[in-house]
Amino acid sequence: MDGKSIKYRIGKSYFAQIVTTLFAFACVIPLLFILGFIIKAGITKINWHFLVNVPKPVGETGGGIINALVGSILIIFFASLIAVPIGILAGIYLSENGKSRLAYWCRLCVDILQGVPSIVVGIVAYFWLVKPLGGFSALSGSVALAIMMLPIVIRSTEETLKLLPSSLQEAAFALGMPFHRVIFKVVVPVGVSGILSGVMLSIARITGETAPLLFTAFGNPYLSFNITKPMHSLPLLIFNYATSPYNDWHDLAWGASLILLFWVLFLNIFTKLITRKWKVQL
Amino acid sequence: MESTIIKSRNFNASFGSNTVVKNVNIDIPRNHVVAVMGPSGCGKTTYLRCINRMHELIPGATSNGEMTINNENIYDMHPIFVRQKIGMVFQRPNPFPNLSIYDNVIAGYKLNGIKLPRAERDRIVEHSLTRVALWKEVKDSLNKKGSFLSGGQQQRLCIARAVAMEPEVLLFDEPTSALDPISTSTVEELFHELKVNYTLIIVTHNMQQAARVSDKTAFFYLGELVEYDETKIMFTNPKDNRTQNYITGRFS
Repeated sequence: MDGKSIKYRIGKSYFAQIVTTLFAFACVIPLLFILGFIIKAGITKINWHFLVNVPKPVGETGGGIINALVGSILIIFFASLIAVPIGILAGIYLSENGKSRLAYWCRLCVDILQGVPSIVVGIVAYFWLVKPLGGFSALSGSVALAIMMLPIVIRSTEETLKLLPSSLQEAAFALGMPFHRVIFKVVVPVGVSGILSGVMLSIARITGETAPLLFTAFGNPYLSFNITKPMHSLPLLIFNYATSPYNDWHDLAWGASLILLFWVLFLNIFTKLITRKWKVQL
Repeated sequence: MESTIIKSRNFNASFGSNTVVKNVNIDIPRNHVVAVMGPSGCGKTTYLRCINRMHELIPGATSNGEMTINNENIYDMHPIFVRQKIGMVFQRPNPFPNLSIYDNVIAGYKLNGIKLPRAERDRIVEHSLTRVALWKEVKDSLNKKGSFLSGGQQQRLCIARAVAMEPEVLLFDEPTSALDPISTSTVEELFHELKVNYTLIIVTHNMQQAARVSDKTAFFYLGELVEYDETKIMFTNPKDNRTQNYITGRFS
């Protein structure tokens, strides 16, 4: 091969490397911009007062987001309470009986459920829970969010347990352990880091969901701990206040956005940490 | 006590429509080491897994015929009970990776929810680990994870785990095929000591191992029990042509 051709090929190779690097970098930039923008707009709004007070009426300065913060925590807590046990148990079934007909249909439903738009989940919760129960409630919001969590929890549990070697179960069965003990004393403890990271990611996923809460939890300008009554949440507050014409409320929305961002960031970092800490070396 | 502990009569085992163990009749004498040898795919492991009813855990696996322990039909007993009476050691060492060495030994009690006083647990752990010649090596690191040990030590830990349940029979499914030669000889030495208290059935495709460690040897070929006799006779004066061919290395 002559020198010119080799130089041409080396040049092409450089070009390809530069292009891929450039695009990889281009993916990071929007995220950095969003982060920077929200931090810049929100950081000045956050102070102790902001975290422990309810919003003030229009015209009064100050006010905080404690109602939305408490609401988000409660709604997500109850959503997890519903989705995590169901999701983990279903995931165990799928990994143990992967080839059964039920598993096939279950997997199909989970995949479809994952693709259902959140607003549709909200409408369904509205017709199934809000209307029959006669009013908006945080609990119906939790149910809607639980439905959104399920596919992630189920799939991550299944994938985690499937990766465990079958020799682990055989060892347990050979000691005369009944099925439920094999699962809960051996298989789940060994796979705990994977299952937990799935749970954490599903929480991070629903933290920012607004649509299903619009017609379930509805929102509430006051601090409320009653989950059978309407309740505020961070994404709802952001939606309501950001679309309002008042500057004070815009400030609250920016502050709440930053809190939400930190929350999700924290969950992701926390997930990485527990995955590393609790990972069982096989 | 009667000398035969495990007895099979017309025993068959299949995966779906594929019969891999055909019409096996065998008497396993108490406190002996019995080696089961044969080429790959001859059904020896499947037969072994039928003895403690591990075979049926595989979807589509079936078996029929008579299999008894102390003249009691194993297939009339609850599998959980059978597996506590008949311990098993696998091809690859499989200690529970989330448990310490100590907890691995008493896993059969701990994970089954059997509560024992501390002193009793300590006694079982020390006794079982001593049995498998592992006590001296690990007595200062009992709280470390089982996966921290070497392969050979892990396999002895798995034997200790089976021994801790005080079974009557111990099944070994190619217990040394994943081990280096030194670990292999350590494990083989154990067999001689273990047979004082237990009956050992060892599946191996290593003829030398069968000759070294066993009192009696069974030769499986294509799912059939071809020959079963004293190990010495099997290796010096086999009656069946196929055994002769196998031990002289004409096929493997």
